[in-house]
Amino acid sequence: MMLSGSDILVKTLIEQGCDTVFGYPGGQILNVYDSLYTHQDKINHVLTAHEQGAAHAADGYARTTGKVGVVISTSGPGATNLVTGIATAYLDSIPLVAICGNVPTTQIGSDSFQEIDITGVTLPITKHNYFVSSVEQLADTIRDAFRLAKSGRPGPVLIDVPKDIQIARCEYFPEEPATMDAPCAAKDIRIEEAAEYINSAERPYVYFGGGLISAAAQDELLDLAERIDAPLGCSLMGLSAIPTAHPRFLGMQGMHGHYASSMAMHNADLIIALGVRFNDRVTGNRARFATKAKIIHIDTDGSELGKTVNATCRLRGDVKLTLQKLLPMLKENAKPQWMEMIAAFRKEENEYLDDRKGLTPRSAVLAVNRYLGENTAVCTDVGQHQMWSAQNLVFRTPRRFVSSGGLGTMGFGLGAAIGAAYGTGERSVLITGDGSFGMCLNELATAVSYNIPIVVVIMNNGVLGMVRQWQTLFYDKHYSNSILDRKTDFPALARAFGADGEAVSTPDELDKALERAFSANGPYVIDCRIDKDEFVLPMLPPGGSMDDIIVKLEVE
Amino acid sequence: MNRYTVAVLVRNEFGVLNRVTSMFRRRQFNISALTASETESGEYSRITFSFDGEEENKQQLINQLYKLPDVCSIKELTRDNSVSCELMMIKMKNDARDRADIHAAAEAFGAETIDYSRDSFVLRLIGDSAKMDDFIMLMSDFTILEICRTGTASIERGSATLRQAMTL
Repeated sequence: MMLSGSDILVKTLIEQGCDTVFGYPGGQILNVYDSLYTHQDKINHVLTAHEQGAAHAADGYARTTGKVGVVISTSGPGATNLVTGIATAYLDSIPLVAICGNVPTTQIGSDSFQEIDITGVTLPITKHNYFVSSVEQLADTIRDAFRLAKSGRPGPVLIDVPKDIQIARCEYFPEEPATMDAPCAAKDIRIEEAAEYINSAERPYVYFGGGLISAAAQDELLDLAERIDAPLGCSLMGLSAIPTAHPRFLGMQGMHGHYASSMAMHNADLIIALGVRFNDRVTGNRARFATKAKIIHIDTDGSELGKTVNATCRLRGDVKLTLQKLLPMLKENAKPQWMEMIAAFRKEENEYLDDRKGLTPRSAVLAVNRYLGENTAVCTDVGQHQMWSAQNLVFRTPRRFVSSGGLGTMGFGLGAAIGAAYGTGERSVLITGDGSFGMCLNELATAVSYNIPIVVVIMNNGVLGMVRQWQTLFYDKHYSNSILDRKTDFPALARAFGADGEAVSTPDELDKALERAFSANGPYVIDCRIDKDEFVLPMLPPGGSMDDIIVKLEVE
Repeated sequence: MNRYTVAVLVRNEFGVLNRVTSMFRRRQFNISALTASETESGEYSRITFSFDGEEENKQQLINQLYKLPDVCSIKELTRDNSVSCELMMIKMKNDARDRADIHAAAEAFGAETIDYSRDSFVLRLIGDSAKMDDFIMLMSDFTILEICRTGTASIERGSATLRQAMTL
């Protein structure tokens, strides 16, 4: 049938299985919004307060569902407002399709009103991007964008659609949703090699990240750990892949990782790394990182193999399929001595546990845990609260920890929590800080408008806590521009937005507030007062190794 | 540090050279020469570049190239498996005192004079990069006014082609 470009765009989105999009209208995308209006029975559009919030919402939706998140904006500032959101998705390998309007092709390159070269701007932060120069290409371009966003290592793709392309008409033929490029296992010879290393290892440590979640290889992971009697640890991006309470799980590793997990990795003679990229926050000083260990690195993206650490055995391939081929080659092998060492690390970790009375960051997160349903997504912003959450939250379902790991985007959380609520179909939780929340709290308006239940817990210490922590430790307590001490009354602010909230300063008050928050119909903001000199521990100092780990702090 | 030559077949799309070079810049790969042109098929362009670095960096560069959707085929070209050539034009000051020496060198290198005026002349030299470097070294005893080099073009020996190697 003959359709306008904008109708084709919306129909192709629907055809690709997209039923929820996030965005913000404007001059050069008006036609698409007109088509969204006429197709509103099939596709739901969520209007945010700012395009950045829409991008983070699409990201949160993608993280919790595994589907491609879609965000729509107008040209110029609308498009540039997406940039932080797209970069966030890029660094965490989240499948996202961003669609921007642009000025008509006849005006491109003339610096028209609200014209920006958004394909140029987003070149280094997308897997790929497209400038659609004829309406005949439009449907296939969108299909290709969906395929690309979810294939291999997922990531964001941007499509720039000039206004005259939205108006022009051509034939539209519906198609089936784009299928992913077929994943394949690593080369047999590499798998055999890996099996040999694993069969001769005495102290193996299985280490997984976000790549394990996108490959949905949880079963294979647990099977691997059982067979070879190995402990499990993960990067920030790997959290929630397996239940936190799994007896083999030692938790997140890295700069602020669990002591036992980091120690196990440090003392392992073999690290089996699945869908991770050995970021600097994970390795610390690379020259002194896990010096006793050989590394087997499995990743679907070959460019990650050997990029930062010198892996002994490098397997480029889908994590799930590769593990499926690897598992039958492994000898079942109990390692009581290694397990004893792990138990000792755990015991040591427990001695360092922060079990102070009163409202502490840890006690606050543990309180949140008591209210989480099996399916509840918990989002975070970036900073100390993010690490406290990563350390102490308890998950039972994959894809329920939503956090900006790679880019570390403050202001990510509220938008992501909106997307997560749509993705899971239920109440979501945002743990944030007063600094992060201050960046994008405008999205409270969105949550109120759409009556989205979000429990917002602000760890309010009046300072930029993580910056302060570094200033305390490494900058002679020069608290340069890290003291906020703002007069913002968050509960009153929440009420001004049409939400509700309260401030708490004791565990008892927090508990009661959480009870109200988890039964509220819309967003509920809990201003949780904590001390400004709380630290995230343990901590590997930047450039340090496990020998330099700080587990307890003596600060006067 | 080694020098590697890599040939890449890319889709002949608008802005594709920008995508490739943007990746080089972003990841700070040290590219010493680059040529790009259409090929036997209008569908594809060929980018040949020389890269200075270690084996590991080269592998990383190739892995990053594979991730660009417009890249169709990549081949590392070595002295053994390929023939390479570069074109250089060098403008020399025309000086009665040096003229004979310059022309003797030009003749030895097989460089042709393609422009001649009272004050200057232009020599054209075709060959591998090392030959160019040697010739420039020789000419630096005289007065070089301008140098223009195309960068290396390389092609595999035998009947193998980049298009045959298309796996993507």
